[in-house]
Amino acid sequence: MPHITVEQAIGQALIEEMQHDPRVLIFGEGVATTQPHLVQQFGAERVRNTPLAEAIIAGTAVGAAATGLRPVIDMLFAPFLAYAMDAIVNSAGKLRYMSGGQFAFPLVVLAKTGAGWGVGAQHTHNLEAWFVHSPGLKVVMPSTAADFKGLLKSAIRDDNPVLFFNDMTLGHHAGEVEEGEAALVPLGKAVVARPGRDVTLVSYAKGMHACWQAAEMLAAQHIEAELIDLRTLKPLDEETVLASVRKTGRLVVVHEAGPLCGVGSEIAALVAEKAFSALKTPIRRVTSPDVPTPSSHALEQAFLPQAPTVVATVRSLLD
Amino acid sequence: METILTERSPLGMHESMLLTRAYEEKLAALFAAGNFPMTCSSQGQEASAVGVVRALGPDDQILTNHRSAGHLIARGADPGRMIAEVMGKATGYCGGKSGTLHISVKELGVMLTSTIVGGELSLATGVALSKKMLKQPGIVACFFGDGAACEGIFHESLNLASVWNLPILYVCENNQWQAFVHRRETMVADHLSPRAASYGIASTTVDGNDANAVLKSALAAVEQIRQTGQPYLLETYTYRQKGHISFDDQAHVDPSELAHWLTLDPITRMERHLREIAGFTTGELAALRTKAQERIDAALEFARQSPYPDPSALTTDVYA
Ligand SMILES: Cc1ncc(C[n+]2csc(CCOP(=O)(O)OP(=O)(O)O)c2C)c(N)n1
Ligand SMILES: [Mg+2]
Repeated sequence: MPHITVEQAIGQALIEEMQHDPRVLIFGEGVATTQPHLVQQFGAERVRNTPLAEAIIAGTAVGAAATGLRPVIDMLFAPFLAYAMDAIVNSAGKLRYMSGGQFAFPLVVLAKTGAGWGVGAQHTHNLEAWFVHSPGLKVVMPSTAADFKGLLKSAIRDDNPVLFFNDMTLGHHAGEVEEGEAALVPLGKAVVARPGRDVTLVSYAKGMHACWQAAEMLAAQHIEAELIDLRTLKPLDEETVLASVRKTGRLVVVHEAGPLCGVGSEIAALVAEKAFSALKTPIRRVTSPDVPTPSSHALEQAFLPQAPTVVATVRSLLD
Repeated sequence: METILTERSPLGMHESMLLTRAYEEKLAALFAAGNFPMTCSSQGQEASAVGVVRALGPDDQILTNHRSAGHLIARGADPGRMIAEVMGKATGYCGGKSGTLHISVKELGVMLTSTIVGGELSLATGVALSKKMLKQPGIVACFFGDGAACEGIFHESLNLASVWNLPILYVCENNQWQAFVHRRETMVADHLSPRAASYGIASTTVDGNDANAVLKSALAAVEQIRQTGQPYLLETYTYRQKGHISFDDQAHVDPSELAHWLTLDPITRMERHLREIAGFTTGELAALRTKAQERIDAALEFARQSPYPDPSALTTDVYA
């Protein structure tokens, strides 16, 4: 199996899906300029630069999706989605329902997220929970090269609007990745990334990498953590989370987004409602604080959930 | 089975306007009597609706806003299914999930009624892009108000349509009001059409209360769009005769402004035209009004007899 980076995985997924379905097109600010190979292979009609106007980029994608195309839009950095919220939330997410099922909205919204680049809060904001909270949308946030490729391919094939968050600090992270149909990873399925008996760590995106590190540190202390990578935040794979907690009896949720009404709150509520009797200790969350993402490297590292914090949190449950 | 109407004769347009008027009057009366949902009346704007909609062909797509009854009826929508939707009945066009403010009818090429002011401007470019890239025949007509033209999305939409050569007929129904705010308070000019020039888009303003004039302007605009593949902005200068929404008693409306516009009522004007040019008698014109009212009575009866959706419909149609 080829060993490629996350960036390459995303590029491969786009090429394969544009080959697979002539209705797929991609547009956004600078998309054609930065990816000339796509223009060369698929033509200027299907790979388009747009004006600097996020609201109409998203609106155009929604209208096109309702009438036969399958757009992928690159919104660049997640905070820019604020300008596009109306089209994504009020139109893409609601109009299938509001039309009584007359229309479908097969589109993918790409957005970069994740602290670590020092670009500050107007370029870095983990706002995936906004979309998880909005009906009619799906939300994907992978952590490995194989999942980036496989989930992006599935997102493009899905008949619903999918928000695809790309933690930009993972761009050079590499792994084994399949080609073609074998690469597909279904939406809505979490994965047990590492089995363990003592505690369940649930995370996604860059948070998974902190959890991997934490799991190794814990293993050295004879504590076996089970790692669940959610991969898709909506629809949420409840069963995989619940099965793990029923086995380990302990839950720590780790994510980079802030704590209030975040994905971690939802996982905690889910487990409290459906697996309370399995819990041996209280549920804990490790997240960034409720502050804008700082720019200074020192502050940014303090902002991010780090492996030692995850380890200390697990230890506090076991000691 | 829905049938798209393309009848362009003055009589054909008049019948559509009468049906719209009867629909709006009936819904207003029902609300006033209590226990009926609120609606945004298009009364007074019937000519703008029918003149543009009837200039379109069966392959064309329509996106519109909350004041859409005239557009839907002109296109051929069944008032019975419209009222059923307003009442939240299962036989409504959207199964009761839209209500009055968001009716779409795929079979009639009505992709959207948006109640996000400007939502129709946001999606129209994509609908037109599909037409162009999938090589489907037809253009896109996008109705919006003078208020929506104050939203940023108006500018983003026109600019993109111009840059990408999208076949869109933008129709700004300048009805002088933006909910409870008069247009004079929100813009320095009386007209929206000059804004098109800055995007390289052709435009014109037409007397929006004269159905024949609207049809003529719209036909010319549609023809130009079909020839050039480029967008066009048509401003229909008209007036919202009723309040913004059912409960609005228009206390804030200058009586002389309202009185002036009532003298320009599009239905009275069309009746004058039919009498003077086509020789209709007063009795014949009265009979047409009665016929429209009877159709709306039957439509209301259909809606009343229709069942409400089963509660199990609550969670269907969220995802494809
Ligand atoms: C984004 C948004 N802002 C405000 C409203 C409330 N609202 C509904 S209709 C309306 C007035 C719209 O004016 P205009 O575009 O001129 O259309 P008209 O009602 O006159 O037909 C307002 C402010 C809304 N529905 N959506
Ligand atoms: Mg208005």
